Amino acid sequence: MKIIVCIKQVPDTAEVRINPETNTLIRDGVPSIINPYDMHAIEAGLHIKEKAGGNVTVITMGPPQAETALREAISMGVDSAVLLTDRAFAGSDTWATAYTLAKAIEYLGADIILCGKQAIDGDTAQVGPEIAEFLDIPHISYIRKIDEIKDNKIVVQRLMDDGYDVIESSFPVLLTVVKELNVPRLPSIKGKMAAKKAVIQKMNAADIKADENCLGLKGSPTQVRNIFAPEVKKDRIMLEGTTEEKVTALVNELMRLKCL
Amino acid sequence: MLIRIDKDKCTGCEACIASCPYDAIIIKDGKAEINELCQMCKACLSVCPEGAISEVSEDSDQKEKGQGRGVWVFAEQRDGKTAVVSFELLGAGRRLASELNTELSAVLFGCTESEADELIKWGADKVYHCNDEIIKVFNDEPYAKLLSDLIQEHKPDIVLAGATPIGRSFIPRVAARLKTGLTADCTSLDIDKETGNLLQTRPAFGGNIMATILCPFTRPQMATVRPRVMKRGEYDEKRKGAIININADNIKSRTNVIETVKEASETALNLQEASIIVAGGRGVGGPKGFEILFELAEALGASIAASRAAVDEGWIPYRHQVGQTGKTVGPKLYIACGISGAVQHLVGMQSSDIIIAINKNPEAPIFNTANFGIVGDLFELIPLLTKKIKEAKGL
Amino acid sequence: MDYFLSEEQVMIRDLARQIAEEKIVPVRAELDETGEFPWDIMKVLAQSDLFGLFIPEEYGGLGKGCLELSIAVEELSRACLGVSTTFAANALGTYPLLLFGTDEQKKKYLPDIAAGKRLVAFGLTEANAGSDAGGTQTTARLEGNEYIINGTKQWITNGGEAEVYTIIAITDRSKGPRGASAFVVEKGTPGFTFGKKENKMGIRASATTELIFDNCRIPRDNIIGKEGMGFVVAMKTLDSSRTGVGAQGVGVAQGAFEEAVKFAKQRVQFGHPVITFQAVQHMLADMATSIEASRALVYAVARFIDSGAKDVSKESAMSKLFATDVAMKVTTDAVQVMGGSGYMKEYPVEKMMRDAKILQIYEGTNQIQRNVIGQALIKEFTKKK
Repeated sequence: MKIIVCIKQVPDTAEVRINPETNTLIRDGVPSIINPYDMHAIEAGLHIKEKAGGNVTVITMGPPQAETALREAISMGVDSAVLLTDRAFAGSDTWATAYTLAKAIEYLGADIILCGKQAIDGDTAQVGPEIAEFLDIPHISYIRKIDEIKDNKIVVQRLMDDGYDVIESSFPVLLTVVKELNVPRLPSIKGKMAAKKAVIQKMNAADIKADENCLGLKGSPTQVRNIFAPEVKKDRIMLEGTTEEKVTALVNELMRLKCL
Repeated sequence: MLIRIDKDKCTGCEACIASCPYDAIIIKDGKAEINELCQMCKACLSVCPEGAISEVSEDSDQKEKGQGRGVWVFAEQRDGKTAVVSFELLGAGRRLASELNTELSAVLFGCTESEADELIKWGADKVYHCNDEIIKVFNDEPYAKLLSDLIQEHKPDIVLAGATPIGRSFIPRVAARLKTGLTADCTSLDIDKETGNLLQTRPAFGGNIMATILCPFTRPQMATVRPRVMKRGEYDEKRKGAIININADNIKSRTNVIETVKEASETALNLQEASIIVAGGRGVGGPKGFEILFELAEALGASIAASRAAVDEGWIPYRHQVGQTGKTVGPKLYIACGISGAVQHLVGMQSSDIIIAINKNPEAPIFNTANFGIVGDLFELIPLLTKKIKEAKGL
Repeated sequence: MDYFLSEEQVMIRDLARQIAEEKIVPVRAELDETGEFPWDIMKVLAQSDLFGLFIPEEYGGLGKGCLELSIAVEELSRACLGVSTTFAANALGTYPLLLFGTDEQKKKYLPDIAAGKRLVAFGLTEANAGSDAGGTQTTARLEGNEYIINGTKQWITNGGEAEVYTIIAITDRSKGPRGASAFVVEKGTPGFTFGKKENKMGIRASATTELIFDNCRIPRDNIIGKEGMGFVVAMKTLDSSRTGVGAQGVGVAQGAFEEAVKFAKQRVQFGHPVITFQAVQHMLADMATSIEASRALVYAVARFIDSGAKDVSKESAMSKLFATDVAMKVTTDAVQVMGGSGYMKEYPVEKMMRDAKILQIYEGTNQIQRNVIGQALIKEFTKKK
């Protein structure tokens, strides 16, 4: 079984704050991490390898510093890592990102492709299904459990709002995973040592035989027009007085607004 | 377009680095450099004291704009029943359609015609309806194929879908196939008066910033919208429209839905359907603190929600969590108790009609979002409020 | 302070710290309450390769030494001494095989131990043989190709949970201390059972039981070393492991100290955080100084042992004695700094204080450590004359 896990290095958004004066993000000291959902995809890849045999490759598109994320994945036990890096990838939206990853996966070949359900910086959840479309293979989103893996098919549970669907698919298939699927393992010392020494395969646009009109900004149908801090409502009324007065005032407001 | 740095002007002061939300500016050999993470958001343009950062055009900017006409809404269903988000999308779609002076259509897979009729009453001019066996249960490939074919045939200008497990799963496939842009989880949609382009605004970075996204050259412009974010359109019993039946012949799938299992997650449902929500955060102090909230909720007939802080502390199960990593809710009344108001929480509840904040810290950001605020000890305030509400309701 | 650890040593420390913070801290209070054996954490430790730290590479380990083991034990102890005791006792039980085992014995046991598949326990103490190891009453009698073991070992860490036991038994009573031998016994051997699990004051996540041998027959090849070498095996084992107990002391003291500082910064009295008061600052200063001193000593002794030094009894006893006395003092003071809060189970320091007490008792009480040091001093100064 050839397994590819797509990962993304993201800023730990839990620690990102907005500077209210300059309206910019305060990034000082915000660490870069592997997108948390992708950690579950890595764990799923390792789990499938342990059950069905094969090897696991992690792949990411990003700047040279994204190598850190790949090495972290190796320390957890994945076999190899590929970094897609090229100036031509700059400004990729989800469409161009998915195209680029798909071209690389096509080049590498895979039976199972795993992605986290979404990245915590963009939260779009689009790249996984788009990769599947570019590769013309089926995909199943929101995998919360893998029921069985056989030579020619996989049966999984897809998390829905009101329960779950049991779905089977042939190979190759792309799966996006949710946190309920597993608990990502911690690295091992041997893994960390291997990660330190590992050679990361670097690939650029030419290596993956990509159409340059589909890459980066040029290949991106969407553009960011502007970014801004979330607005805040201004019409608040602070209720003052003793505890008794505050509560009475609130109850009166609620009655006025017909909330009771 | 591209963002360029004039190396002669750049002094390596690093002022631009902090301004970049994408980590796309690095200092190399004492000068700033833009790397491939750049999303052209232009946040860095104004911060450079030397004016060394500018925007430059490329030949490829002169793209031909794609053509399309009409606003489409993908109306999803589960068990043959149209999801509420579809009516909300029709509300938003109606507004966009009238601004563009065009018609509003809905696409419905796997329901009876009476459900299609409902969509017309909720504002659709036309419904493309298919009830073939293969699309009765949601499955990505058939859905993606059928919708893509329809779009290619009729060429709408805008396509909206719910940012639900269904919409978020197969709509990206449609966008990839049609070679067009898709913006996920929009919180507001508007038309740019000058260009007629759709302005798609969505939160990013865990809700810490908002970004407005354009899809200027390709058509259709596609967006998903989270449930509870848009207001439903007006329901008109007498509204008439056209139902166009289509069939799903020759559509195959490599995935097969074996079974659909319902799990009781009543709270989740309750939360999203609730008209009143009482929510607790870190200030509630523990599971015991939630007990007084439950009493208030009972008096109000409300559901209980919580911030991530309270859930992470293990005071209340995850299914109660509202916010970026939890549910998005839009009740008539939202009472936030001991919730500081981190942006991650606000994105999940700010569309509530009325927000009441109770917090002992007068500086808590939640007060900026609230319609009514009370500074004080919730352990005094809430029991008294419960008592007075019971009196007012004659309980 | 910078101890000039190698890149690999930093890697080991960071990984042990990550495990401690992510997997141990969230459950330590519950483990303390229930006394449940931490199998989930043992699995994590196994997967991380930490069980193989001090086992040679040819037997599937990482081939590291006493310093690396001490670093890992310190980090685990910072979170929970119960868990780190389980981990350290595994090393203790492994040392007899590592130091005196035949190649066959090593091949048979060490790879599984390194992989964390089988846990080990060391059985020396008995009802009448604690500090006085000469009082050992468990016997091993050779009969054909088998030894027959009879007797009861007491307060054995990892008892019942471990798969492999290294024990000391008397093979020839007439020879006194030179009549003891070391054996390896596997769980499940007929005639080998366990007493009840002890209810302890601290380190409650660790398992402590009796080992009961009733005509337990083991193959003759299960002897470790030669007949009569039992006490040498035991003493060399303890020489190797004592620094680990010292590292436990450093870790628990560090953990308690950090809790105390965090609290002192938050707790406001007389309008100021209590950390601004000199009375509190002086306590924290003494705590920090003594922790650093014990860490410096433990690391120095570990490096001394790793250098291949022959006689390390005195130094290893010093590191255990000093660091564990510091641990008791610092954990007690941490409770004091935190006052009423420190005494409550809502905060982890009362547990740390209860846990720390064992460090002054097990693997040779601190009184015995002073004896060891005293004996060594006499030898040293006699030679010099």
